[in-house]
Amino acid sequence: MINATAEASAAQEFDSVVALHRAQIFRFLLASTRDVDLAETLTQDCFLKAHRNWASFRGESSVLTWLMRIAINLHKDHWRNRRLQFWRQTRTNAVDLDEASDWLPSGERTAEQRMLAKEQVAQMWVAVENLSERQRTVFLLRYVEELDLKEIADVTGMGEGTVKAHLSRALARVRKELGEKK
Amino acid sequence: MNRADANLKLDRGEDGLEMEPELREAIGNFKSSVEAWSDAALSRPREATAPARSDRAWMTKWALGSLVFMATVSGAVYENHRQQDFAKAETARIAQQQQEMIAQRAKEEADLMARVDNDISREVPSALEPLASLMDENQGTGN
Repeated sequence: MINATAEASAAQEFDSVVALHRAQIFRFLLASTRDVDLAETLTQDCFLKAHRNWASFRGESSVLTWLMRIAINLHKDHWRNRRLQFWRQTRTNAVDLDEASDWLPSGERTAEQRMLAKEQVAQMWVAVENLSERQRTVFLLRYVEELDLKEIADVTGMGEGTVKAHLSRALARVRKELGEKK
Repeated sequence: MNRADANLKLDRGEDGLEMEPELREAIGNFKSSVEAWSDAALSRPREATAPARSDRAWMTKWALGSLVFMATVSGAVYENHRQQDFAKAETARIAQQQQEMIAQRAKEEADLMARVDNDISREVPSALEPLASLMDENQGTGN
């Protein structure tokens, strides 16, 4: 009876974790892959894995940090497997960079401002695409997910100094790409 | 979080990395765009296409597997036939070689015997010729 109550409580707790963090995990994976289906699949896998290991989560890091770490590992595994299974399916469902830059929040902008913003976002996608895997991860975690350096270090398993170095290089490359496109 | 909020947070420079306003604006727009896309993707109606893709993938795998299997079996059968044909040809060749050797040896023996007969007949001394003619006569009478 007590066990059943504890299980129900844990399930409820996990439901609230999913409700709270699903959108953020999905957004990070979408920005990393540019593939809605793949991002959904990896998000599901992430929460499935988290659910299986929920009992062993000791709260040493925040839930979000823990989930992000799982998501990053799943993403890495996915690409590692794809590289090994290159004969299976070479085409990805990732949308092209122009299509990805079509998405802009509907704000109080003029048509010209929207056009300029779209162009800027397209350049940003190109710049992010050209970053190394680590630089891209660090960049997205910092500037899209707004994690601080310590959180990024916890998520990626790198030292804070290394994170800062990657971030600095990523910014320099993005700056260069944007400068060249002007 | 809207674009203005995003920019506000980036302005703080918590990580100590400096950013000029243009880069900050570009990153802010990028963040807003990713958020808008993500929100739209999360709220879109789901299509149950995964099983169909899975079935297709399995069918493709089976077809490829069958092809590989057929190719392997065909290859093995062909190789087996080829080896059998080669073995037959080799056996026939060896048999022919052996026959040729036997015929050669027989010919050589016959030649040798003919040479020996010839030599012997030539080497009968003249003093023994009457005896030789006697032997011929005895053979002629059957004694």
